[in-house]
Amino acid sequence: MTAAVVVGYVPNPRGDAALEHALQECRRRGARLVVLNASRGDALVDEDVVRGAALEQLERQLGDSGVPFELRQPVRGRDVAEELADVVSDTSAELVVIGLRRRSAVGKLLMGSAAQRILLDVDCPVLAVKGPPHAG
Amino acid sequence: MGALGDLAGGFADALTPLNLLFALLGVLLGTAVGVLPGIGPAMTVALLLPVTYVLEPTSAFIMFAGIYYGGMYGGSTTSILLNTPGESSSIMTALEGNKMAKAGRGSAALATAAIGSFVAGTIATVLLALVAPTVVDLAIGITAADYFALAVIAFVAVATVLGSSPLRGLASLCIGLYLGLVGTDVLTGQERFALGIPQLSDGIDVVVVAVALFAVGEALYVASRLRRGSVQVLDASAGWLTRQDMRRSWKPWLRGTALGFPLGALPAGGAEIPTFLSYAAERKLTKHPEEFGKGAIEGVAGPEAANNASAAGVLVPLLTLGLPTSATAAILLAAFQGYGIQPGPTLLTTEGPLVWTLIASLLIGNFMLLVINLPLVGVWVKLLRIPRPYLYAGILVFASLGSFAVNADPLDLVILLVIGLLGFLMRRYGWPVAPAVIGLILGPIAETNLRRALAISDGDLGVLVDTWFSRIVLALALIALVGPIVLRLVKGPRSTPEQLQADGHLEHRDRDEAVPTGADREDRS
Repeated sequence: MTAAVVVGYVPNPRGDAALEHALQECRRRGARLVVLNASRGDALVDEDVVRGAALEQLERQLGDSGVPFELRQPVRGRDVAEELADVVSDTSAELVVIGLRRRSAVGKLLMGSAAQRILLDVDCPVLAVKGPPHAG
Repeated sequence: MGALGDLAGGFADALTPLNLLFALLGVLLGTAVGVLPGIGPAMTVALLLPVTYVLEPTSAFIMFAGIYYGGMYGGSTTSILLNTPGESSSIMTALEGNKMAKAGRGSAALATAAIGSFVAGTIATVLLALVAPTVVDLAIGITAADYFALAVIAFVAVATVLGSSPLRGLASLCIGLYLGLVGTDVLTGQERFALGIPQLSDGIDVVVVAVALFAVGEALYVASRLRRGSVQVLDASAGWLTRQDMRRSWKPWLRGTALGFPLGALPAGGAEIPTFLSYAAERKLTKHPEEFGKGAIEGVAGPEAANNASAAGVLVPLLTLGLPTSATAAILLAAFQGYGIQPGPTLLTTEGPLVWTLIASLLIGNFMLLVINLPLVGVWVKLLRIPRPYLYAGILVFASLGSFAVNADPLDLVILLVIGLLGFLMRRYGWPVAPAVIGLILGPIAETNLRRALAISDGDLGVLVDTWFSRIVLALALIALVGPIVLRLVKGPRSTPEQLQADGHLEHRDRDEAVPTGADREDRS
């Protein structure tokens, strides 16, 4: 089994930037890529879930990259951070790539920070990628 | 010109800044709860009943009216863009509307729904204003026995026509009637079903029961089967109504209104039957039969007009006779009672300004809804991103707060929980909640009239069939009760909206929570 890089993906510029860096890392390390697009699934509408045309395009993009990949979309009522930690221990990943966004102190206090939880919970190096400026 | 003059007076009262603000608040709330599946105007008005302690009646009813109409608009948004009808009255809209959205014509579908709702709501509200004084003139002579007969037909119709089976509807009705009996008998002063608990001798407050059945029951039900997963929102940015769309829409709007208003006014339980009939009619009359099932605009325009027209129709028996024929109307009746106002033939004379302001504010609210709905669809859809646990936790907090506020008595919270559990079991086993609420609120009124009639006749039951009016009404009630059973024996099960849905290949990914049809159905008109 080859080494694995896990990327937490959401369909937005940040997620795309994270995916781009994850692909580069895979090529550099000769690793396979595990794309995680998790949702807690407790709201009727979750725009962070990739589906339909966007899903096809993501699969095409991953296929074109030439990196062996696997796409996981668990919806089990658990936090994204928990799902990511699970996938990391499951695949014995050597690197996790996540996207970061700018958060206000109050926003972070109220909603918590998934990135912070990932940093604390995951047992491997984490590469945090910032999205393009002015793009959320 | 009497009615129109009074209506003008109503406009003068409704157009004050404060009342406009309440109307706006009402339509915003109404649209929000209409968009959210599982939460309807009946539940919202029930949760807001405690505001009747502090607000002026006029302001409160303006807000409630806004919620009532707003719920009708909001339901169409979810139907069209998500294929998960927010309200039972928008199931028919989902059939064609979602197909239109899939074909990239979502905003045309939303536009025809919104404009159709506006046209139908306006026409039907004006009809309400014109018809109400006439009905009152006819009704002013009715006796206590006649009123009892009217209540019986409302009970029977709501219990048998709503709900998935007449038996469940009747059982649910009996629960409501029983809960309405608890307390001190008004005529003899005897305590009934008070279980020796002093607080119960005042009866169980309607607010507590309504909130428990709607809000707590629903929250427990959702919690018990919290499905994972989300649905895709279709894009509605492109493709405004074309001239051809308008040409194809205006007739269905008018036909929907013509079906919705009279059927809403009959005690047939709200908007479901008119929307169903409107869809069937448009399917027959269309010049583009090949498009039905693939996104025909007539199939959106007709039912949406019908559901708004029937919302106005439901107000006719409520305001003229004090007869609620849907769950929301029953809650509105409870709100009237909270102010010590008894809706009935005398309402229009004793509380004339209130009624006309209410009708005027319905027209204003209808216009507001048109304005806020079309441009703000994106905002409403964002509401659906609220995780359900947060949403229902909030509802439970409101429910407990409202019930406690009634008497500041902790016992009310215990009753809330007990009846909430009952409401959960009713939802779980497919008993419609609407008949229970109508039984609870209309039951005591019916009882008073029955006792009054019997007191006048010295206990002779013959008084109940003394007038032709009560004879005809009771006969109709009997037909409504026996008719479906006979029909079923003769023709097999009636075709239900669910079957039509199945024929139309309407999919529901999240059926249990999102689509309150059939066994899960509640009247949310």
